[in-house]
Amino acid sequence: MNKFFKRSALGAQVPHNKGTAGQQTKVMPLPSKIVLSMGQHIGAPAAPVVAKGDQVYVGSVVGKAAGFVSMDIHSGVSGIVDSITTITAPNGAPQTAVVIIPDGNQTVDPEIKPPVVTDLASLQNAVRASGLVGLGGAGFPAAVKLAPKNLDEIDTLVINGAECEPYITSDNRCMQEDTDYVIKGIQTIMKYLDIPKCVIGVEANKPDDINKLSEATKDMPIEVKSLPCKYPQGAEKVLIETCTGREVPFPGLPSDVGVIVMNVTSVAFIAKYLETGMPLTTKRLTVDGDIVKNPGNVEVIIGTPIQELLDFCGGLTDEPGKILYGGPMMGTCVASVEQPILKNNNAILAMSRKAAEPAKVTNCIHCGRCTNACPLGLSAKEIVRAYETKNVDLLVELNADLCMSCGTCSFVCPAKRPLAPSIALAKIMMKNGGKK
Amino acid sequence: MANKLIVTAAPHITGADTTRKIMGRVCIALLPTLFASIVIFGINSLILTAVTVIACVAFEYGYCKLMKREVPVDDLSAVVTGLLLAFNLPATLPWWMAIVGAFIAIVIVKQLFGGLGYNFANPAIVARIALAMGFASRMANYAFPPSGVDAFTSATPLAVAAMDASSSATAAAVEVGSEAYKALLLGTHGGVLGETCALTILLGGIYLIATKVISPTIPVTYLGTVAVLSLCAGQDPIYQLLSGGLMLGAFFMATDYVTSPTTRKGKLVFGIGLGIITCAIRFLGTMNEGVSFAILLMNLLVPYIEVLTRQDKLGIAKVKKGGAA
Repeated sequence: MNKFFKRSALGAQVPHNKGTAGQQTKVMPLPSKIVLSMGQHIGAPAAPVVAKGDQVYVGSVVGKAAGFVSMDIHSGVSGIVDSITTITAPNGAPQTAVVIIPDGNQTVDPEIKPPVVTDLASLQNAVRASGLVGLGGAGFPAAVKLAPKNLDEIDTLVINGAECEPYITSDNRCMQEDTDYVIKGIQTIMKYLDIPKCVIGVEANKPDDINKLSEATKDMPIEVKSLPCKYPQGAEKVLIETCTGREVPFPGLPSDVGVIVMNVTSVAFIAKYLETGMPLTTKRLTVDGDIVKNPGNVEVIIGTPIQELLDFCGGLTDEPGKILYGGPMMGTCVASVEQPILKNNNAILAMSRKAAEPAKVTNCIHCGRCTNACPLGLSAKEIVRAYETKNVDLLVELNADLCMSCGTCSFVCPAKRPLAPSIALAKIMMKNGGKK
Repeated sequence: MANKLIVTAAPHITGADTTRKIMGRVCIALLPTLFASIVIFGINSLILTAVTVIACVAFEYGYCKLMKREVPVDDLSAVVTGLLLAFNLPATLPWWMAIVGAFIAIVIVKQLFGGLGYNFANPAIVARIALAMGFASRMANYAFPPSGVDAFTSATPLAVAAMDASSSATAAAVEVGSEAYKALLLGTHGGVLGETCALTILLGGIYLIATKVISPTIPVTYLGTVAVLSLCAGQDPIYQLLSGGLMLGAFFMATDYVTSPTTRKGKLVFGIGLGIITCAIRFLGTMNEGVSFAILLMNLLVPYIEVLTRQDKLGIAKVKKGGAA
């Protein structure tokens, strides 16, 4: 009785559209230029350490981390720095960026060599130097994740292979093509952080990945768990609850319940980096959407303009309505196709005008689908009403700040009300204590 | 690229369900019962249904035009109200009274409070109660099949049961056998249009549950509570479940989104409350029918139930519960 009535957390039955799941990753040739944003992670933007006219190589540091929660930015090409300019970040704010014109030689920086890892500190330093951010999409600096305050209480490593966003198959390709790296990365982290147990969570719509990983981890303390296909299965708190039965307290971190969560692509990258010493300069991402001519997974140099990536995929078959960084549930709209690929991108989606046209909004009929779908047990319709009536006390009572903007409420709403964006505004109102 | 890209907040896709599709499914679910009522009471039930549906849609359209509001007729919610209203009327009711009912439902209960989503109670229920108060004799003029249009008054099974129970000295339940159950299931007895044939209502209810329009919580707890309380009161539970407006109320009226709680806990409380009030009216009161009043009373409690039955939020420690009521 208890669990049933506690919270329904039905999630959303989003369409899968994972048509690119079976395609081998293609490598995109050198773009005409790369634009390296200094803000490709959560935390302080990096500071450029190159000037116009400087020669850089593959793997050279271009931007230096500005603080503990920040990350270095590396060049993925050898070439000349063309300019230091300002671009528009996905959130609409201006952001410094370094533009590099490749010379075509792809000379590797002479400093690049495999790091020597002997203990936890050297692993943390190596991951910090690799420029790795959470590749699931959030872009949280990985080195910070590997330095929890209560290390001795961590007993489970949860690896996120849920990939619950429609269209995206880049993590799926990683599990297929880089299985060994995924496992090596997991073993490295388990060894140096002394974590006894690991669970890899994969949504049940990827049986090939589940089989391949189960086969490869047969005699290891690693469990491959098939997760129900309900969005947002890959959200950190939901994943932890499904994989371990633990509830991450709010406000709090996964480490509060003895868990560290990392994305499959992130752990695979750590294993690769320890082998080669090459920092994060390329990214596998899914290019798809209803108007991309040749959808597929592409390994692309970070900083490549979206236009050139779309051209590599055969261009668009129709006038685009929306171009997205990421999936259709949580992705952000791109204002211009000149924008570059960022570290934490896992997809570029192009939607036709027809598909992108927002639906007509009608009255709330109080069907309660938003409430029953919310993975966290929030009531979107009540929060939005409290926001509209500027009732901050009620917003606090309803825990509006718990919302992680997964978009489930908006997706299931039959009246097509933009609930998730309204809750985002409600959170701001709550923070400011009533002022918009 | 010359064209401007659309920039909006996520998510960028929405589910296939719309308000209109949901209302459409409710209409489909009501069709078998409409068909049954035509078979049982004759063509007059179809005409009466057409009158209420057209009147509801026309009032909605007219009011919105008058108030210069956007006309939401295409969401089919007025059609659902019209169907439900007709199902709560006897086939012999004069058309003009049905139109008065439609006015009460759409204009007074729904539009004056702000339109779809803002009504405080189920429009069809309020209209039924208002008509039952205002035109008591005509509303109780239940047609008895197969005489159909030229009806002679007949008591509904519940009225018969109430009379029998009071006239008989024993506290034993009214004698009902498998013949009576059959009549109740098929609806071949007196009553309003949509509540006689339990079978087609059940069919429609299952369709709504299967298409995820409603969750089974409210009907199951409502019917369950009535069954249990009937047993406790020494009444025949099957007879109580199948007669009166209970089936129609449990599947179609009590599950109205706007006037029922949203969480599972809330639906449970709501269903049990409906069962208790219905039985209290049926067994203790002088009226032989309690469903519409039970639904109206519980409708009014919904805002309070909602606040007291919120879900547990992930990672939020339970604090300072209790004291509130």
